[in-house]
Amino acid sequence: MMLLSGDPPRSRVLSLLLILIIVVLAAVPLVFPGAKAMNVATKICIFAVLVASYDLLLGYTGSVSFAHTMFYGIGSYAVAIALYGMGPNWTAVLVGIVIGLPLAMLLALGIGLFSLRVEAIFFAMITLAVASAFLVLASQFSWLTGGEDGRSFQLPELLRPGTVLIPKDWFGLEINGRVFSYYLVFVASAAMVLALLRVVNSPFGRVLQAIRENRFRAEALGYRTVFHLTYANCLAALIAACAGVLNALWLRYAGPDTSLSFSIMVDILLMVVIGGMGTIYGAIIGATIFTLAQNYLQTLMGAASKAAADAGLPLLPGLLHPDRWLLWLGLLFIASVYFFPTGVVGRLRGAARSNVPA
Amino acid sequence: MTEFAASERLPEPKRDILPLLLPVILALLVLPLIGSTSSWITLTVASLAMGMMIFIMASGLTLVFGLMDVLNFGHGAFISVGAYMATLVLLPLAATGQADSLWLNLAALVPAILLAMAASAALGLVVERVLILPVYGLHLKQILMTMGGLIVTEQALYALWGPQIIPLPLPTSLRGSFIFGDVAISKYRVAAALLGLVIFIAIQLILNRTKLGLLIRAGVENREMVEALGYRIRRLFLGVFMAGSALAGLGGIMWALYREQVHASMGSDLTVLVFIVVIIGGLGSIGGCFIGALLVAMVANYGGFLLPKLALVSNILLMVAILMWRPRGLYAVTSR
Repeated sequence: MMLLSGDPPRSRVLSLLLILIIVVLAAVPLVFPGAKAMNVATKICIFAVLVASYDLLLGYTGSVSFAHTMFYGIGSYAVAIALYGMGPNWTAVLVGIVIGLPLAMLLALGIGLFSLRVEAIFFAMITLAVASAFLVLASQFSWLTGGEDGRSFQLPELLRPGTVLIPKDWFGLEINGRVFSYYLVFVASAAMVLALLRVVNSPFGRVLQAIRENRFRAEALGYRTVFHLTYANCLAALIAACAGVLNALWLRYAGPDTSLSFSIMVDILLMVVIGGMGTIYGAIIGATIFTLAQNYLQTLMGAASKAAADAGLPLLPGLLHPDRWLLWLGLLFIASVYFFPTGVVGRLRGAARSNVPA
Repeated sequence: MTEFAASERLPEPKRDILPLLLPVILALLVLPLIGSTSSWITLTVASLAMGMMIFIMASGLTLVFGLMDVLNFGHGAFISVGAYMATLVLLPLAATGQADSLWLNLAALVPAILLAMAASAALGLVVERVLILPVYGLHLKQILMTMGGLIVTEQALYALWGPQIIPLPLPTSLRGSFIFGDVAISKYRVAAALLGLVIFIAIQLILNRTKLGLLIRAGVENREMVEALGYRIRRLFLGVFMAGSALAGLGGIMWALYREQVHASMGSDLTVLVFIVVIIGGLGSIGGCFIGALLVAMVANYGGFLLPKLALVSNILLMVAILMWRPRGLYAVTSR
């Protein structure tokens, strides 16, 4: 209870799902040591954090930001550039973190002070503009960022796949640098999600919810709404940058497509809405569903598209092409905003509530 | 409180011309920086043309926001759809379009434009009914729904036309340039600027000289009051939304011809520019939108010439500067 900050999942099915996800994620390197399974699991961990930090903004304060990938990208690029420039050592990782995280927060502070004074819509548009400018800048300053190609780099010794920490003959399982990195990502992600859960259940989080419900009334009660919103924006940016650091360390690469592009922003939006806004747990569920769908559904769609093409059906092969999977997710997104605005978590909690007579 | 006799005219609202002068001042300021008059004229005409195209795309968005407090994040979808519709007419009629006769060219161009506008208006109808109607008054859901609409439309365009860039050559009579001494002005830019100006004047006339316009302006100012007077503002809004979508489609075909290519991502790319224009102009203001579009285009063109590195963020800097000066945009229309 302490760990969950007094905000348990409040639904038996949801608790079981979460436990299942966490247990599977924890066991992935031991049970499925293949590269693909590990990559999918890491992506789920990192996106759970990223989406949870976005949920702090979208779900708890009700402000739509389109700059979240920018902060994620800042984290990724800071570590990547530091490791690329200074060579594979821990000092470089530290330098990247020390430069990247405050930079993300400062930028968030600037955007917040500038645009959160007015309205949610204003904030949405300004973040969109700033993020797109940042994306262009990142691809133009290629001497620093590597342009469209991004920056690949070497990891410190400890995190390399070749480093054997525990040889195979001890437990019948080799624990190498890659497995160690995976657990680093897993533990850091879990810690950050729990920290976010702590934030949203603190008095500060309550004020954020009050602002979401009725900003005018929150202000009338004496809360400085701009301060609270800006603070939340900075916190979300900080966590997003941390997720970016983890992402870069796992991929050994930072580039526009993996950490900055607008399509990641769309992914985040989809995950948070499908999982359930304003719940934090929704981030874990959303990231899991989405990432699994992205990695395994596309194969299925490819098969379906091929079958449709073989059957000589018009249009269907194009619509079912694996690259078009966003089309279906977009439809799912609209349907879930419309029919299940509370997402999977809200649904499950609603079901739990209706079963128990109050 | 002042008393007015019935015959006495109401006091004119104070005219605020400072924003109007901004583009002129900006153009004159950069003249000495650029140095050569001929490149200045070329750049200015280019900015006018670009500004007019952006204005056409943005005008619908700003009116829709002003009238119904709906911000359509999927506005870019109409731009792309308009451009793709143009390829449906212009590519099969390539022979007519490339013939060396203005009338034959127009015979290809006019149906293309009409189709583009009709298709985006129809899409506007669908979007308004399906995506926006259920979430009236809920900003957060509006943003999410219309974003979803943008994703779906963009992906559907990819699915139907394929992901490649489609080349779209300009009709022959719009190619080339007018030459005055050492100044070359591209014909298409002149045509685009003129068309944009005509549309701006038409919108202004409709808004200021017709009953429909009166209702729209009244709706922007106070929706409930117009409803209380017995007008069905929902239907009015639907009309404005469709007209705005049609204009976005027109902007899309103009932009596609300007770039001589069509791609499904052009809508979402232009959305950012359109948003900046709408913010600069003040949400809901057509005049502000016009000036905002000109300023954005000027900064992009002059900036690209003078300081190419800075041009990338010039729009943002412009927006920051304008909002420092007037936090609600050049002309703040709504009290929201």
